[in-house]
Amino acid sequence: MTESLIYEISSPGRTAVTLPDVGVPEVELPKDLLRKDLDLPEVSELQVMRHFVNLSHLNHSIDTGLYPLGSCTMKYNPKVNEDAARLAGFAYLHPLSDEEGSQGALALMYQLQTWLAELSGFTGASIVPAAGAQGELAGILMIRAYHLDRKDHKRTKILVPDSAHGTNPATVSMAGLQAVELPSDKNGDVDLNALRAALDDSVAGMMITVPSTLGVFDTKIRDVIRMVHEAGGLMYMDGANMNALMGVVKPGELGFDVMHYNLHKTFSTPHGGGGPGCGAVGANEKLVDFLPGPIVEMVEETEDENDAPLYGLKMPVKSIGRLKAFQGNFGMHVRAYTYMRIYGGEGLHEVSRHAVLNANYVRAKLRGVYPMPVDRICGHEFVMSGHFEGVEGIHALDISKRLMDFGIHPPTNYFPLIVPEALLIEPTETEDKATLDNFVEVMKKIAQEAKDDPELLRSAPHTTPVKRVDEVRAAKQLMVCCRPIPDYDQQRTPSGD
Amino acid sequence: MSSQTPSELKYARTDEYLRLEGENATIGISDFAQEQLNDIVFVELPEVGAHVAQGEPFGAVESVKAASDLLMPVGGTVTEVNSQLSDEPELLNTSPYDKGWIVKIKVDDPSEANALMDAAAYIEYCKTR
Amino acid sequence: MSYIPHTDVERQQMLAAIGVTTIEDLFESVPSRYRFPKLNLPKGLSELEAWAEVQAFAEANEHAGDYALFRGAGAYHHYIPAAVNHVLLRSEFYTAYTPYQPEVSQGTLQAIYEYQSMLCALTGMDAANASHYDGATSLAEAVTVALEASRRKRNKVVLHPAIHPHYRAVVRTYHQGNGVEFVGDTGKTIERTTADDLIKLIDDQTALVAVQYPNYLGNIEDFSKLVEATHNAGALICFVANPMALALFKSPGELGADIVVGEGQPLGIPLSYGGPYLGFFAVRDEYVRRIAGRIVGETIDHDGKRAFVMTLRPREQDIRREKASSNICTNQGLMALAACVYMSLMGRSGLRRAAEISYQRAHYAAKQINKLKGYKVNVGAAFFNEFPVKCPKPVSAINDFLIERGIIGGYPLEGDYPKLKDHMLVAVTEMNSKDEIDLLVEALAEAAK
Repeated sequence: MTESLIYEISSPGRTAVTLPDVGVPEVELPKDLLRKDLDLPEVSELQVMRHFVNLSHLNHSIDTGLYPLGSCTMKYNPKVNEDAARLAGFAYLHPLSDEEGSQGALALMYQLQTWLAELSGFTGASIVPAAGAQGELAGILMIRAYHLDRKDHKRTKILVPDSAHGTNPATVSMAGLQAVELPSDKNGDVDLNALRAALDDSVAGMMITVPSTLGVFDTKIRDVIRMVHEAGGLMYMDGANMNALMGVVKPGELGFDVMHYNLHKTFSTPHGGGGPGCGAVGANEKLVDFLPGPIVEMVEETEDENDAPLYGLKMPVKSIGRLKAFQGNFGMHVRAYTYMRIYGGEGLHEVSRHAVLNANYVRAKLRGVYPMPVDRICGHEFVMSGHFEGVEGIHALDISKRLMDFGIHPPTNYFPLIVPEALLIEPTETEDKATLDNFVEVMKKIAQEAKDDPELLRSAPHTTPVKRVDEVRAAKQLMVCCRPIPDYDQQRTPSGD
Repeated sequence: MSSQTPSELKYARTDEYLRLEGENATIGISDFAQEQLNDIVFVELPEVGAHVAQGEPFGAVESVKAASDLLMPVGGTVTEVNSQLSDEPELLNTSPYDKGWIVKIKVDDPSEANALMDAAAYIEYCKTR
Repeated sequence: MSYIPHTDVERQQMLAAIGVTTIEDLFESVPSRYRFPKLNLPKGLSELEAWAEVQAFAEANEHAGDYALFRGAGAYHHYIPAAVNHVLLRSEFYTAYTPYQPEVSQGTLQAIYEYQSMLCALTGMDAANASHYDGATSLAEAVTVALEASRRKRNKVVLHPAIHPHYRAVVRTYHQGNGVEFVGDTGKTIERTTADDLIKLIDDQTALVAVQYPNYLGNIEDFSKLVEATHNAGALICFVANPMALALFKSPGELGADIVVGEGQPLGIPLSYGGPYLGFFAVRDEYVRRIAGRIVGETIDHDGKRAFVMTLRPREQDIRREKASSNICTNQGLMALAACVYMSLMGRSGLRRAAEISYQRAHYAAKQINKLKGYKVNVGAAFFNEFPVKCPKPVSAINDFLIERGIIGGYPLEGDYPKLKDHMLVAVTEMNSKDEIDLLVEALAEAAK
């Protein structure tokens, strides 16, 4: 099952749209500046719809089946959120609207900032960052700016556990600091001796994920935070796993100084096949003035509670600066706001309780079937190993590919790196018991197949639109564009480098 | 593992080999390294004339699963690069010590090679990984 | 409740299977002092109630659905054919994750591949990635590509001051920690800086020269001498381009660009108060392996069938960790899909037609406004759909008057360009009819009184 490229169904002269007449007296176009042609497809509206609807059928998605992808929180994306973001008053609102003309949007953003800060026990939040990675960059730049603001120029290192997601060390480098890797103990917790040895006055801070990337709550987290603070460093929490924490613990109260939230994980905004998202950042007293801007502030409070206050966009006084052209992925703000409004505080706590319940249920059911490197109560996800003693040549990847034959998306593979053949499983709270039971049965069946008929796994998947793809060929040939590009090289001045 | 480790070469802990011939040397990656990387799809080469100190990066190799920097086993000035690798990066897999050489350099100080491993030491080192 | 499907009976069965009595038992590893804090958040609402509240927020805004909008400055109100939204609402697309598993993600992968191909056509580049967060972050990533291309031996970047002020701010935020020197956009007369003025700033430390096309102040400048000087110095040149203008004007590839970035929002994405948008990113062949972020390549599957897969992954953060040049993980997948569907629908002739209508109506508006007493259109010989207007009063006073007439006026330029006192930047698209333009002209005349 494959679909033609849209260019392959194109015919010269066909068009899908009719546009109005120019309607004003025309001027001559500046001929010397114009391009000759534009190589876009020429197709009808029906062709476009069939093409993309057929393409959509080639995807696995939350709305078509279970998606237990660890650390990604593939929960149900409520439909009311989609309608809300498409309301004309939001969709047609210009980003550089005057404050008086955008009070509705600003009020919504203000509420969202306030709720996110409250949920984590922070003083303030910025909802500008477009993704978790951008939130991380913001947080690390804030830590850097904090030390520089205190004229402390020697703090150039950020400690990152070896269990961390790759974005953490990449973020540190991007911010111009040095990532120092810390070993984990066998439970995936921070090794306190290694931490003690690494701490000195060159440490700007530490980045850590809670619950850890192995899905467990580090019981020594308070010790870790205290030690880093005593050494003059600040604590950054990667909030990728926030779905386990709402109403369970406030990171700000635990002692974290700054964290990012993934609105596209915890707060149900859709992943969109790889974005857009929102990586909001929360900060305590120490760092709140360094948040990326603009953030929404109440410009004029009102005494009469029937009058709405006046909101405005402001740059925090010591802000690390702008991270996006405008004030963030507002469409995602609307969705997350709607989600939080429907749940309320108690409801969000129920979300985390049930996310943890579901993960522990699946973990309990698969104990003894798959090796579990950390065998204790987990948070909202848990890690298994996709390797069986006595069965050679079966990898986590083979188990993952075989799952596709049962209409289930594979768990996260090969992360965290410190667990060999890792399968990281996160069911989320929106899956019902029957769906989880089915998943458990399929996982058991695959474990049996691995022993009885390993080739069935190695050649999987069998029922998907395409079979395993040739990644080596893709990287070597590097065909990333299906159209011939006009050769302008002769017109270019030879490069001196 | 049945990697080849020619005895006339010196090896760095980061898996580059050095074939020292007087003031000149040829540099590539070991058979062990190419096996670890699997199908190599791209090699980034330095410019001829570039001077690179010992331990500094002079290029990179990529497979579909990994990318790693190439570090100079001894400091020197690049005199020649194997431009065939641009079209046929797989030469690193099929012929690491011969057609898959990466750069030739004029060595700053041949005594820097003393810090490298000989074949026997490198074989032992690979066993520990 | 809400989206949690558990019944009481199921909850009990599940707890029994785990071997605990209550859900609270699952949280014992959280230090008891900090466990289960009070949340000072409002009570939950039904969908019905929440909807009413959200709708009230939406209705409190002055937007292009109700007003005639003449504001652009980096975000433009173009027509979006109905079919675009219908494709975006396919939840097979919007509820999928990044396509790491190609066997079950061919829909997303092929759509991105087609998007990349269309972007190459539009920009005249050899390769485009699956997108960045927005136009501003694309420019920040272009700086990284140029630094990497110089093997970090050069650390100077020349920014044309007529690049969107917010883009220049974002680039500085991204690179505040790595010692890059930015020149070209500071000083007292930046309003008058031309491309040729930048030539003298280029030296052997320059990694990148960046310009905007058409520039923030509306002008289509002649970059030929600057491109030549940049290349002679061994540096790269990046064009920040408006994709709608590219439907009409020469592609940056034809003009000698090495990297083309920009805001893809005009390509079928609503204004949405600034996001989500689409940062497009395209390069010449030589730099394709230095692109950060997702890029989709064509290959075959085990049976020899055409298939698509994310490629050039090893340089990314999840594999290279601290050695990766960027930490970006996602792209703006769904927005790239929107642009892909939009460009398919508009097609070879439609996109150019929309650009031409915008051009003609903008030129009509400029001509009519320039006739008004007290107003002066301050733009060079060539512009696309946006131009600065010198007003007889502060822009805020003019705009306060216009809003009463149902018009959202141009964006004030004085804040970013102090010498452009009382200047507003006016944008016109195919959404502005002749009647709307005439209304604007009439209202401006009255506002001057």
